[in-house]
Amino acid sequence: MPQPLATQALTSNTDSLRFNGIGKHFPGVQVLANISFVAHPGQVHALMGENGAGKSTLLKILGGAYAPSSGNLQIGEQSLVFRSTAESIANRVAVIHQELHLVPEMSVAENLFLGHLPARFGLIKRGELRHQALQLLKGLADEIDPQEKVARLSLGQRQLVEIAKALSRGAHVIAFDEPTSSLSAREIDRLMTIIGRLRDEGKVVLYVSHRMEEVFRICNAVTVFKDGRYVRTFEQMSELSHDQLVTCMVGRDIQDIYDYRPRECGEVVLKVDRLLGPGLREPVSFAVRKGEILGLFGLVGAGRTELLRLLGGLARHSGGQVELQGVALKLRSPRDAIAAGVLLCPEDRKKEGIIPLASVAENINISARGAHSTLGCLLRGVWERDNADRQIHALNVKTPTASQKIMFLSGGNQQKAILGRWLSMPMKVLLLDEPTRGIDIGAKAEIYQIIHRLAASGIAVIVVSSDLMEVLGISDRILVLCEGVVSGELPRAQANESNLLQMALPRQRG
Amino acid sequence: MTTQDSTLATPRKKLDMRRFLDDWVMLLAAFAIFLLCTLLIDNFLSPLNMRGLGLAISTTGIAACTMLYCLASGHFDLSVGSVIACSGVVAAVVMRDTDSVFLGVCAALGMGLIVGLINGIVIAKLRVNALITTLATMQIVRGLAYIFANGKAVGVSQEAFYVFGNGQVFGVPVPILITIVCFLFFGWLLNYTTYGRNTMAIGGNQEAAMLAGVNVDRTKIIIFAVHGLIGALAGVILASRMTSGQPMIGQGFELTVISACVLGGVSLSGGVGMIRHVIAGVLILAIIENAMNLKNIDTFYQYVIRGSILLLAVVIDRLKQR
Repeated sequence: MPQPLATQALTSNTDSLRFNGIGKHFPGVQVLANISFVAHPGQVHALMGENGAGKSTLLKILGGAYAPSSGNLQIGEQSLVFRSTAESIANRVAVIHQELHLVPEMSVAENLFLGHLPARFGLIKRGELRHQALQLLKGLADEIDPQEKVARLSLGQRQLVEIAKALSRGAHVIAFDEPTSSLSAREIDRLMTIIGRLRDEGKVVLYVSHRMEEVFRICNAVTVFKDGRYVRTFEQMSELSHDQLVTCMVGRDIQDIYDYRPRECGEVVLKVDRLLGPGLREPVSFAVRKGEILGLFGLVGAGRTELLRLLGGLARHSGGQVELQGVALKLRSPRDAIAAGVLLCPEDRKKEGIIPLASVAENINISARGAHSTLGCLLRGVWERDNADRQIHALNVKTPTASQKIMFLSGGNQQKAILGRWLSMPMKVLLLDEPTRGIDIGAKAEIYQIIHRLAASGIAVIVVSSDLMEVLGISDRILVLCEGVVSGELPRAQANESNLLQMALPRQRG
Repeated sequence: MTTQDSTLATPRKKLDMRRFLDDWVMLLAAFAIFLLCTLLIDNFLSPLNMRGLGLAISTTGIAACTMLYCLASGHFDLSVGSVIACSGVVAAVVMRDTDSVFLGVCAALGMGLIVGLINGIVIAKLRVNALITTLATMQIVRGLAYIFANGKAVGVSQEAFYVFGNGQVFGVPVPILITIVCFLFFGWLLNYTTYGRNTMAIGGNQEAAMLAGVNVDRTKIIIFAVHGLIGALAGVILASRMTSGQPMIGQGFELTVISACVLGGVSLSGGVGMIRHVIAGVLILAIIENAMNLKNIDTFYQYVIRGSILLLAVVIDRLKQR
């Protein structure tokens, strides 16, 4: 156990935070490699990069949620590796995550002092609790009543309670992970003022955000990450331009694993007409043609997944309609979409794609078997076996036998099995949500080949991805979403990394 | 590559061993216990005792067949004990009032089906937790059993009705035959029909099953409806054996059925279960109870032993998920 008092005495209020060669790998994936940079006290230091660049992982290491595989942190003269959140807190570090860690059914005051409530003989001293809570909230959020339930506060107010909690523990380093992603414009203004005050008090503030204008408004330095690697740190914001930062975020060598070959596209298959629903702020209209691969790009939370779920019948649309080959579709459930030949490979393979305890063959056959059974219920053993073998063979699913439980396969092979499930069905439109997330490069290339093969056979494919290179690499046309609104559309020839990212990054709030 | 291959080969061998154990170990254990009892207990193998053992297995065994489907889909049914009592009472009352065995049995089975449908619809469509839903129907149906029976056992005088519980075909009691038919039928249903496979898929990953186009709600409703129907069948057989419908019978029976399933290897969290698990669990519980009776072990101690076995079953389930 760390000794909080001893460590507190060792860090002073003028210490800087140094990352010394931090690396993190999970089995099979290197998430972070050799990250080194310094964040100075009295500065707001932005961390930027695309989705999956490693910013959130770095904050988790700072907060003690993950132990780094290599390297360490240094606050002042002290080298540290946090093995738990408690150690991180004891060393005066606070990480304010996107999902706030408050107990909604308890009062603000109780949340502020959770773990060390003022008490005598186990009885909580209500008066003192209230008094201390008021002291903490003073100047931060004067309007919040400490006795109010957290559940009744707005998101912005809850974030302020988190900040107050961090301050109550004497935090010297405060890290924000996309703090403004669900705040209103007014709440953002207030947060900016408070962050400015923390900076002026000499705290080390880390700020993760996708929003350029916030970074230019509040930050004194920016460090850019890419694919888990440190790219560079800009110490002078005044000499940095918007475009320069974007270029730094995207520039990289392109490895051509995408195997793109131009195809002829046929008539319109799927027409989306002024579609509205959860996650979309304005009506969305577009069309996909036979044999076309349409990329849907956007940052996390832009509404890409939501749009795909609407098309796949997982969410109900509240307006507009979807036409398949000129006929309006009724999309009340996934079954409706599947019956029409609109098939969705979900984003979260583990949670929504595979049935982990069932065999590879089961996972492949589950959707098509109804149509191939006697009287719609008696399974045909021959078809079951042949279809599973056919798909395993055609898609090169690496499994010892068809009866292996799918949970023992790698992510890439699980994804191929799910594609096999849909290839057993009559298919007109294939919806792919992050088809290669968490998949190694070899399997990625195979999946791209499968996608191209399907498109060449006349299927319309919509691919959602937060991987810019992937979208650019495989799509015939790209639609960009930003905060629930279509912010642009580009044919393959005109699309490049910077114009896509420009369209995807939110600029002003409406 | 060679190093990679060798590292891959060892875990795979372990997996196969583990799969084999998962599938067969409890059935082997049941036979081992059976052999042990044969050797150690006088009269265990006597025709009279075998008959008693078979009859003891029948009620639990029949209900456990469909409880398997509830558990495999990730749910529970606590109402089955009450359904057994109520169906016996309904059969007895209807036969008393109409003098028709056919109507009596139909009314009993219909009652079970309706309770099962209500359970299924509330759980699938209104998305109420299965534990709470069936806890409620358990009490409602128990109450109805007492109301229909006016609080006391209702005798059955129609001799034709006795065939379900006391009849014999080639010397084998009818309840045992029905149990064997149920084992075979529901074992086949689970593996060779879309309904059976969809049940497993829902228990394995409901979200994924829904996205794959499985009609989750309908499957769940069928699972509970069939369970209600089969529970009522078990109740009819029991009433026939006792020649009366008894409203107080089968208290705690649902837990015996669930513990038999789990003891045999059916997972409480869904997605894992085979009919051989159920057979093994039912056999083990019945043999141990039978042995304790033959050894004249005090009822109080029997409770302790039965509870310990249930605890063991749950711990085994837990350890298997590691």
